[in-house]
Amino acid sequence: MDFITFIQNVLNALQWGSFYALIALGYTLVYGVLRLINFAHGDIFMVGAYISFFVAGFFLGPLAGLSPAMTFLVTVPLTMVLTACVGVTLERIAYRPLRRKGAHRLYVVITALMCGLILEYSNLAVLGASRLKFPELIEKQIWNIGGVTLTNLKVMVIFTAIIVFLLLQWVITKTRVGMAMRAISYDKFAIPLMGIPVDNIIVITFILGSGFAGLAGLLFAMSYPVLEPFMGMLIGWKAFIAAVVGGIGDIKGAFVGGFLLGFIEIGVVMVFPSTFRDLFAFTILLLILWIKPTGLFGIPQSTKI
Amino acid sequence: MKQYSLNIGMVLSAILVLTAAHLGWIDNYIQIVLMAVGINIIMAASLNLINGNMGEFTCGHAGFMCVGAYVSSLISVYLFGSKFGDPQLPIGAVFIAFPIILLIGGAVAAVSSLLVSVPSFKTRDDYLAIISLAVNYMIISLLENMDTIITFIASKYAKLFNLPDPGNIEIIGGSRGFQGMKDTVWAMIDVFDGPWMLFWVILVAGFTVWIIRRFIGSTYGKGVNAICQDEVAAEIMSVNTNKVKIINFMVAAGLAGCAGGLYAHVYGYVNPQSFGILKSTEAMVMVYLGGMGSLSGAVISAILFTALLEILRSQAIIDFLLSPATFLFPDWEPSAGVVKWVVIPLMLVIVMQFRPEGIMGNRELSDVFPKLKKFYRFK
Amino acid sequence: MDPKQPTPDNSPVLEIRGMTQRFGGLKAVSGFNVSLMPNQLTGLIGPNGAGKTTVFNLSSGFYQPTEGAIFVNGQPTAGLKPHKVTSMGIARTFQNIRLWNDMTVLDNIRVAQHYWLKYGFFSSVFRTRSYKEREAQITKEAEELLDVFDLRQFADETPKNLPYGTQRKLEIARALSTHPKLLMLDEPAAGLNSADVLELIRLIRWIHDNFDVSIWMIEHHMDVVMELCSQIKVIDFGETIAEGTPDEVRTHPAVITAYLGDDTI
Repeated sequence: MDFITFIQNVLNALQWGSFYALIALGYTLVYGVLRLINFAHGDIFMVGAYISFFVAGFFLGPLAGLSPAMTFLVTVPLTMVLTACVGVTLERIAYRPLRRKGAHRLYVVITALMCGLILEYSNLAVLGASRLKFPELIEKQIWNIGGVTLTNLKVMVIFTAIIVFLLLQWVITKTRVGMAMRAISYDKFAIPLMGIPVDNIIVITFILGSGFAGLAGLLFAMSYPVLEPFMGMLIGWKAFIAAVVGGIGDIKGAFVGGFLLGFIEIGVVMVFPSTFRDLFAFTILLLILWIKPTGLFGIPQSTKI
Repeated sequence: MKQYSLNIGMVLSAILVLTAAHLGWIDNYIQIVLMAVGINIIMAASLNLINGNMGEFTCGHAGFMCVGAYVSSLISVYLFGSKFGDPQLPIGAVFIAFPIILLIGGAVAAVSSLLVSVPSFKTRDDYLAIISLAVNYMIISLLENMDTIITFIASKYAKLFNLPDPGNIEIIGGSRGFQGMKDTVWAMIDVFDGPWMLFWVILVAGFTVWIIRRFIGSTYGKGVNAICQDEVAAEIMSVNTNKVKIINFMVAAGLAGCAGGLYAHVYGYVNPQSFGILKSTEAMVMVYLGGMGSLSGAVISAILFTALLEILRSQAIIDFLLSPATFLFPDWEPSAGVVKWVVIPLMLVIVMQFRPEGIMGNRELSDVFPKLKKFYRFK
Repeated sequence: MDPKQPTPDNSPVLEIRGMTQRFGGLKAVSGFNVSLMPNQLTGLIGPNGAGKTTVFNLSSGFYQPTEGAIFVNGQPTAGLKPHKVTSMGIARTFQNIRLWNDMTVLDNIRVAQHYWLKYGFFSSVFRTRSYKEREAQITKEAEELLDVFDLRQFADETPKNLPYGTQRKLEIARALSTHPKLLMLDEPAAGLNSADVLELIRLIRWIHDNFDVSIWMIEHHMDVVMELCSQIKVIDFGETIAEGTPDEVRTHPAVITAYLGDDTI
């Protein structure tokens, strides 16, 4: 294989990895604070893609009649806000009452799984099985640098992932909200006693996580402009596994895990038939977890007696 | 005598059901539903052993079912089917061979559980959940690509020994699925015309509950509960935690493998995708709906859940449920198969809000109704 | 009834030679030596964070020492898992009670005999004769143990519903159920009121008189240690600073400065 193809594949891997990383960041944020695997997160990503479809459709349509570029500028914040609303709604009506009742942690996880199913199938029931074609919002530009082709969209996706990562890293480590988030993950009983409004912090966590899932949905819809209700399922599970491989609860881990998975998948497809992608990806992730059970950046669990 | 009355009652009712099915009093559809109930009971009860009694959180139980289904299907088709050439055994042997086929499927599934149980020495909770999930996906993906892998190896082998290239080999069928298991069922029916699969499902489901009860009731099996409640204390109080974990996983996965074998023969067709995450989710839902660690809870919720799945398949009921919405939007024609998967999760979410510990909590039926104890002997 | 060979009276039940444990850069225990004789009551004291529980964790096989060797009845325990060490005759209790809270009191006692059940999965499913014999024997022994600990009336209760003092007692009973040669008690009097402490002293002395077991205890209540133990070892920052009879330790200058400041005990 020549060098040009290699570079091309690295770029593809970076783009794939960016989607995984963006979704994995949402998983890890919620997990880091609540110790809750929000299994509905992949479907929130799907909802984000659909929301962006309808928002973009509305603004391009006869009522608003904006230009594609303007539509894009409006769609980004609006999608994020609306998707965040979906995430927060789930938290409010499904997870929070259970948490208040002191239900076993796993019952909340099952509830999350059920919420994911509800999102998928209600979408299927309401919109039907027909696939939706996402409109082109940004004029596609193809740059050719020494044989390597680059699209503006690809560059945008990769940079978005990096910026979101830096932003979240800053929020978690430098701000008061981030400090409260980390504190809740250490001791959720003592934190309310310290005067920190736990519920508000959790809502902020869900806003951040779901908002960026919405952004990922929008970017995904722009890159692969066919939407279907189950698009979030496999990518969501994979992103979650990526987050765990990185060390769940750790922003850096989710970011690295996402890109690692992207590279593994593209790397496998370079050498083997594309049907082998999942087999190899899952096997490699499994091996990593066998060797390092708490992930690449996770802190080893220690038992005190 | 009284203390055995529950057991005798169960056997009698099983015989009654089988007779009714044989005489055609209950139609094929009901039989299929009953078999689905039985398979789900096996799945729920066996997953309960891991997720309930041992307190681990695995979400890839369908993967083990998949292994069992494919292994037993392959052997069954090889022995009694015509897909790989002539049947290897006379049809009279089917009654001895079939349980052995199921057991082999279960045994291979039990061995495959090592993929999850060995990492569980070092890790638990969510990390183990992911490992089990990855194993589930890996098994599916492996089966989908098995033919390609076999073709690849065969062509390399042929090249090495200068044999003619075998070309594309198709054994498993990949994502198109695998069939031919009905031949085995026909072989049974040829010998004696009866509801054989229903018989085997009832037998294995009863066997499952029996095994799990006895295992969990023994001091040996209570080591599993000890691991759930305090693993450190269990290890230091002389429980060989690693060994108990391996055995517990093997029992659970082995039973799931048997369930897979039954599934394959009941429907006569298997496909890797039908053992995906949705199937695992179903098993998990049954366990948590029934109550973690409660065997009777798992059985009850398996019955309820399967019944619910079947009831909601009816378009009439779904149309009735959605009548206000379809009245407002007359163009909307939702199909029952889809809406079912909105209604069921929604019901579960609501049940969880009101009963966050599941139907039975961690109690057994005999704890709720102590009088039941008179009717069966357990120790 | 006892699965283990009786040890000759002159050989130690537990011998630790030059044991050192490092956690990263921290030396939690260094150069620890001890030799515990059968039927001895020994104390291990020291200020908070001195490494006492680490010594227990090392002895019970929960950690593997960085250096040094541990022998139980003359057998090295290097590389053995804790359940194996327990089966060689070492049982312990925990600083924070670690009972199996959703199992009955009787089951708590019975499961502690897991290492010599002598039957496996298939016997438990098919209820073979060995299964029935062993289960009957285990149940009988467990009931006897509950009787002597005066816990019989709680046999079908779950430990979480018992008062704290009773839970402590149950944990000691559970440890004895493993037929130990050495019983290690990690702060048995922690959280008990003074009446309970007096009862605990009586209980430990009674166990010492009635069971063929050597007792090694970590305790912060000085009256308990001074009252019960014939030999006391004092550690601070992982180093042994004094050992001897209660009177010797009481007046040892290093103990006074390290442990109690400049005041007398």
